Amino acid sequence: MPGTDITAENLKTTPLDALHVSLGAKMVPFASYNMPVQYPLGVLKEHLHTREHAGLFDVSHMGQGELTGTDVDAALEALVPGDLKGLKPGQIRYTLLLNEDGGIIDDLMVTRPAEPGKENTLYLVVNAACKDGDFAHIASKLQGRATLTRFETAALLALQGPTAAKTLAHFIPAAAAMPFMTSRVDMFDGVPVRLFRSGYTGEDGYEISIPAASAEKVAKALLAQPGVQPIGLGARDSLRLEAGLCLYGSDIDTTTTPTEAALNWVIGARRRAEGGFPGAAKILDQVKNGAGKKRVGIKPLGKAPARGHTEIQDGNGNKIGEITSGGFGPSYNGPVAMGYVDSAFAKAGTKVALIVRGQPLPAEITAMPFTPHRYFKP
Amino acid sequence: MSQTRFTKDHEWIKIDGNIGTVGITQFAQGQLGDIVFVEVPAAGKTIKAGGEAAVVESVKAASEVYSPVSGTVKEGNAALPDAPETVNSDPEGKGWFFKIELSDLKELDGLMDQAAYEKFCAELA
Repeated sequence: MPGTDITAENLKTTPLDALHVSLGAKMVPFASYNMPVQYPLGVLKEHLHTREHAGLFDVSHMGQGELTGTDVDAALEALVPGDLKGLKPGQIRYTLLLNEDGGIIDDLMVTRPAEPGKENTLYLVVNAACKDGDFAHIASKLQGRATLTRFETAALLALQGPTAAKTLAHFIPAAAAMPFMTSRVDMFDGVPVRLFRSGYTGEDGYEISIPAASAEKVAKALLAQPGVQPIGLGARDSLRLEAGLCLYGSDIDTTTTPTEAALNWVIGARRRAEGGFPGAAKILDQVKNGAGKKRVGIKPLGKAPARGHTEIQDGNGNKIGEITSGGFGPSYNGPVAMGYVDSAFAKAGTKVALIVRGQPLPAEITAMPFTPHRYFKP
Repeated sequence: MSQTRFTKDHEWIKIDGNIGTVGITQFAQGQLGDIVFVEVPAAGKTIKAGGEAAVVESVKAASEVYSPVSGTVKEGNAALPDAPETVNSDPEGKGWFFKIELSDLKELDGLMDQAAYEKFCAELA
């Protein structure tokens, strides 16, 4: 039953590797990194702790970089469907790198730094497993309109949960007033940090970019605050699933379009009118007329979780789709899933069957998130 | 006289006459983490040694529980599906999965005793 140990050789480590080990983390290979999947608290309690107090996640494996140039907005808009020209200083936008077929190469966060002199800079955070490909793709498409700089060694921490704001305000008072999806730079006990009021849990919280050499100091300072626990990748996945957030490579990939992924909201109004992003003709047609399949929430009506790749059938035994992420939702206190179904079955309340261990189990298409988002929107 | 035997898949079977009670070990529950779903077999089901007999799921993943021996299921632990966390808190006691009537007692000879199993686990760690 236990997983086979994979040799730690050749795995990259984050600046917090020694801290994870000292905290008793169970380390696993993830996206070429040796990462903590859980700490002694365990996945279930780590998940619940984050929803009730605050959890600290090491997400330093993610790719950070900066695009700079007088034509930077147009340069990146040629690759994504988001409105970047309308992105104000200090704002963050979730967007998608698209291929010419309208498929999703990656999802990413784009920030226009708030500090003066950074008007022509966009700060990027991309997925760990995609980062080399993403940055190569972006660099190859810039045509001299902007310069890409990777921050290969910078650490990234996420502090998530209802007490995250109070915890961070202890070190950076101005952090508490930042609205959801905004960013600022500040000093954390003498360390220059870039704060993002964003996350991957559905909770209020921050992502904090830190110079590698100071990452452990900042992490230890946060962990020393009351109610802060280290949280591993296991709970990160169950938290984001309950929040209805996509995992790249499972819920979205190059075979899914924004419309199919129920991510039409990422396409800015101006971009819908103007097009000019990869796959625009196909995607704008899908925005208008719908696509053949759609990403939906799926609630198993019994107790059995249905995992990724579980077949979804209609009431007559016909395959209508597949689960892409599924498991047990600790806060929801029951099984939760998301996946793709033929659009005719995508309406909330539609009854479907999930084929688990050869048996059809009753389930229902449902709206997401499974647990309400609690973002700070003053 | 009862005796307990263990499999390399970390099931235990406690033998009383020709009836065996089966569960997963302390080591196994620790590896799985918080258990959130359990499915036990129905009475009357016949299973071969090494066959899939029950299901145990943590937040992270689903795992099969294999029967250490061949035989006919006499009883599934009806309390377990409503309290799957019992497998974490008392894996070798109240967290048993099913009772099975052995069809071939000689199969027990192929299983590990307590000392051999402890050595087996020590080598995995």
